Amino acid sequence: MGIGIVVTSGKGGVGKTTSSANIGTALALHGQKVCLVDTDIGLRNLDVVMGLENRIIYDLVDVAEGACRLQQALIKDKRFETLSLLPAAQTKDKSAVTPEQMEEIITQLKREFDYVIIDCPAGIEQGFRNAIAGADQAIVVTTPEKAAVRDADRIIGLLEREKVGMPKLVINRVRSHMMKNGDMLDVEDILDLLAIDLLGVVPDDEFVIKSANMGEPAVMSHESRASLAYRNIARRLLGESVPLLPLEEKTGVLSKVRKFFGLK
Amino acid sequence: MTTGRNKVTIKGTKEGLVFFMDDTCSFDELLADLREKIEHSHQQILTGPLVRVSLKLGKRYCTPEQQEELTGIIRQRGNLVIHTIDSDVITREEAFAERLKTGFKIQTHTVRSGQVLDVDGDVLLLGDVNPGGTVKSTGSIFVIGHLRGVAHAGTNGDDQVIIAAAAMRPTQLRIADVISRPGEEWAETTGATEFAYLQDGKMLVAKMNYLSRVRPDLGLKKR
Repeated sequence: MGIGIVVTSGKGGVGKTTSSANIGTALALHGQKVCLVDTDIGLRNLDVVMGLENRIIYDLVDVAEGACRLQQALIKDKRFETLSLLPAAQTKDKSAVTPEQMEEIITQLKREFDYVIIDCPAGIEQGFRNAIAGADQAIVVTTPEKAAVRDADRIIGLLEREKVGMPKLVINRVRSHMMKNGDMLDVEDILDLLAIDLLGVVPDDEFVIKSANMGEPAVMSHESRASLAYRNIARRLLGESVPLLPLEEKTGVLSKVRKFFGLK
Repeated sequence: MTTGRNKVTIKGTKEGLVFFMDDTCSFDELLADLREKIEHSHQQILTGPLVRVSLKLGKRYCTPEQQEELTGIIRQRGNLVIHTIDSDVITREEAFAERLKTGFKIQTHTVRSGQVLDVDGDVLLLGDVNPGGTVKSTGSIFVIGHLRGVAHAGTNGDDQVIIAAAAMRPTQLRIADVISRPGEEWAETTGATEFAYLQDGKMLVAKMNYLSRVRPDLGLKKR
C-alpha cells in the first residue's frame, strides 16, 4: 500500500504543478512507482508540464463516472516506466467529482503505486476538498511572499482540521540576494510563522520555466540548482536526511578550480 | 393548620420581604405552609403597596418547576414581586458550568489564518495567533507565543479585561468595543512581552511589569 501525498498551497501560481511534476519525477528516478494525479478539473496543466498532453484519451472525470476503467485513463510516461499520470478533464468543472469518488480512486491507485502525488487546484473550495480526500500526507508549497505565506497558513489550518497528516513545507522561488537584503521574507521568518517541518527550499531558476515549456520536468537535468533541490526533496520524502542546499552558488576561486577538474 | 413549626419565616428588611424556607421538611409541607401563610394567616402584612420579595431556600435544591410552584403561590398576591430566589446549593452541572466560566480555558494550538478561537471566560493560549487568525473571549486573553493576528477580549463589554502576549505583534486589538491598531494610540510594538488594557476608553499597551499597577485585582476578580 503506497501513500497519497497532496501538493497544495491555497494561493495560485506558487508552483504546485511544477513541484508535483518534479517531486513525482524525482521519486520515479529513485525507482519508486509513482502516479501523478491532476485534480485541477477544467484548468489542467500537469499533463502539459509533463509533456504528455497529446496522449490523453480518458481522464479523471471519466474514471469517476465509470466511463472507463482506471487503467485505461492512466498515461504511462515513456521516459520512466515507473511514472504514470492520471489527467484531469478540461471540459468539466470541479463539481464533476465528489470527495468520495476521489478517495475511492486514490485508494485504488495506492494499491498499485508507491507514491500517489495529487496536484491540488488553487483555492479552498470543492477542488481542494476533492484533492485532499484521499491524501495521507500533504506538501504545502509557498513562495517567500506575504500573501502566499498567509494562504499557506490558512491551508495548513484546513489540513489540520481535515486530519491530513502533519503537512510539510516547500519554499519555492527563493531569491537568495533578495533574502539577504531583507527584501524578501527569509526562510526562518516563514518557518517561525507556519511552524511546520521544512521539506525543502527551491531557488528561483529560469531553467524551471524553460523545462516546463519543453514538457520535461527540471529534475531530469543535472545542471540547475532547482533540479538538485527537487531531487533532495524526493530523497527527504524517502526518509534520507539531506542537508539544505546553500542558497548562494559558491563562485570562489577554489570552487572554480574544482569545477574545472570536474569535482563539482 | 396543625404543623408544629413554621416552615416559612417571613422577615421584613429595607429591601422588602425575605421568605426563609425551611430546608429540612418535605417540599409538600413547605408548599402547604406557604399557601397557608399567603392565603390565610398573614393577610394584613401581605396586602398594601408593591413589595419586593426574596426567597431564601437554604440548602434545598429546587428544580425550575418547583421554583415555579413557589412563585406561583406568592404571585397570587398582586403586590408581591419576586426579586430573587437564592439557594445555597446548585447541581453538579451548574457547578461545572460555573467553574468553566470563571476558570482558565487552556488551549494548545496555533490559531492560523481564517481560524477563530471563541472562548467564554479567560483564555490561556499556548501557541501562536497567526495573521488572519482571531481569538475572542468574554474575559482576558493570555497568549504564550506570538500574537500576530487579531485578539478581542471582553466581547460582552467588560472593559476591565486585558490582552497579554509573550510576543505582542498584533494586526489589531479589541477590548470591549474599542478597536485599535499598532501605531495608532500606542507606539509600534517591539514584539516584547506586553499587555493591552483600556483606560478612559482608550487602548494602551505596556510592559508586563506595569500590570500590577493597572489591574492589581485581575486574578482575584470573580465574574
